[in-house]
Amino acid sequence: MAKTASNPVIEARDVNLVFQTADGPVQALKDVNLVVNKGDFVSFIGPSGCGKTTLLRSIAALEAVTGGSLTVNAMTPDQARMARAYGYVFQAAGLYPWRTIAGNIALPLEIMRFSKAEIAERCERVLDLVELTGFGRKFPWQLSGGMQQRASIARALAFDADILLMDEPFGALDEIVRDRLNEELLKLWARTGKTICFVTHSIPEAVYLSTKIVVMSPRPGRITDVIDSPLPSVRPLDIRDSAEFIAIAHRVREGLRAGHVDV
Amino acid sequence: MSRILPILTVVLAIISIWYGAAVPMNTAWEVDQAARAGVPAPVGMDLVAATLAQDRPVLPAPHQVAAELYKSTFGLKVTSPKSLIYHGWITISATLVGFAIGTSFGILLAVGIVHNRAMDASVMPWAIASQTIPILAIAPMIIVVMNALGVQGLIPKAIISAFLSFFPVLVGMVKGLRSPDAAQFDLMKTYNASAPKVLWALRLPSSVPYLFASLKVGIAASLVGAIVGEMPTGAVAGLGARLLSGSYYGQTVQIWAALMAAAIVAAGLVAIVGAVERATLQRMGYREGAR
Repeated sequence: MAKTASNPVIEARDVNLVFQTADGPVQALKDVNLVVNKGDFVSFIGPSGCGKTTLLRSIAALEAVTGGSLTVNAMTPDQARMARAYGYVFQAAGLYPWRTIAGNIALPLEIMRFSKAEIAERCERVLDLVELTGFGRKFPWQLSGGMQQRASIARALAFDADILLMDEPFGALDEIVRDRLNEELLKLWARTGKTICFVTHSIPEAVYLSTKIVVMSPRPGRITDVIDSPLPSVRPLDIRDSAEFIAIAHRVREGLRAGHVDV
Repeated sequence: MSRILPILTVVLAIISIWYGAAVPMNTAWEVDQAARAGVPAPVGMDLVAATLAQDRPVLPAPHQVAAELYKSTFGLKVTSPKSLIYHGWITISATLVGFAIGTSFGILLAVGIVHNRAMDASVMPWAIASQTIPILAIAPMIIVVMNALGVQGLIPKAIISAFLSFFPVLVGMVKGLRSPDAAQFDLMKTYNASAPKVLWALRLPSSVPYLFASLKVGIAASLVGAIVGEMPTGAVAGLGARLLSGSYYGQTVQIWAALMAAAIVAAGLVAIVGAVERATLQRMGYREGAR
């Protein structure tokens, strides 16, 4: 699972991003340097305002960086977006209420002009992948919050983007559902071999999921620590009680605290 | 049942106020007539009975209006020039054509406004200005100008009707087409979706609830436009013509019957839009509330 061969998918060099607001410029990202390799599971963790979502949105070309260089698949983020290099999962499932679950998954495929047969085949496949087999004809309101979020992950997986960008996808779910979805997400990552960037503000979630944990701090948003996880690739939920897990969690917490102290 | 009781209560209250008003308003004429004939004016129940049975009362009693309404809808052939069905259909057909034109025009303008900065900045003030012009003032001009161009009959009325109905549709659709939240637009951007795709797959479906709210206002406005459009044509046909000819000849009962017919038509049209709305939203998977 852990691919050691360095094969950079996302590279950030001295990335800066300044928002021009009515109250003057706001530095959202400052001198961010980061390499994400193919097959990595990278978590971005930090308090609100640390720029973790902004960084993810910059990778997705939903924001434009104002300094430094950021490449995705060796292209500019905007070129990568137009080449449909990534699938994006938002905090809210954001399923269209007037489309069925299968209809929602078909949306990107319709926009990308896949054939009808291909769309049907892919819908089935990704529904299996997120364990929603048989729910294709339901409307979103007929599903629980966790199931809706799984459907939105299926939607991001439906086309063959190698990168999955996830912005606090489980933030609004209760802890039990979140645990199960985390476990499923790891299995899905192992099966698909995708590169995943995952924004969270939960330390256990970041440590449990990631091969690389990026700790960020606010005002201005910057990276304070990058931790390459020594945890094994197969991770049952109870690994969270192991000494190794607790040690990494401790280091993350220290990094977060350090970021806060020097504000 | 729970909905019928309050409605019936209100109807009963209106009818009693109506009767209560009809007696004093029609008394003067009875007294006047009696004075001319040199007989004592009727008093008590005689007076009441007399005021509620005049040919041309100041305020016709509800039962007189109901009787006239019944007679002129079910009591006559639909081809008769006194049939309210005949006049009603003429008005409805102009209303529907005008509603179709107005709705299409409103939607097209709204689509333009949300996609084009120049239109966004320039169209709305004109649309608002257009609605501040009294329709009674420009309706005759539209009729006259169209007549000079050789267009008569239904189309000029439909245009007046469209003039009134495009506005609520425009306002509602601009709001509706902009109603998806930022994340939904971002999602479309991650798919590198074109503007027409975003319009078709996101903006239009999101605007449907707004559209129907506007259509209910628009269809009622269309009816008003069609009736107003019938007035300057010389009272030939349509509910507006019945109103006008009734006022020429002092036929108050006829005026009130035509007014009632217009109200019934309006209620019917709004109810039809409401039924289409429920069916459409249900098919689209919307739920009323969060049942």
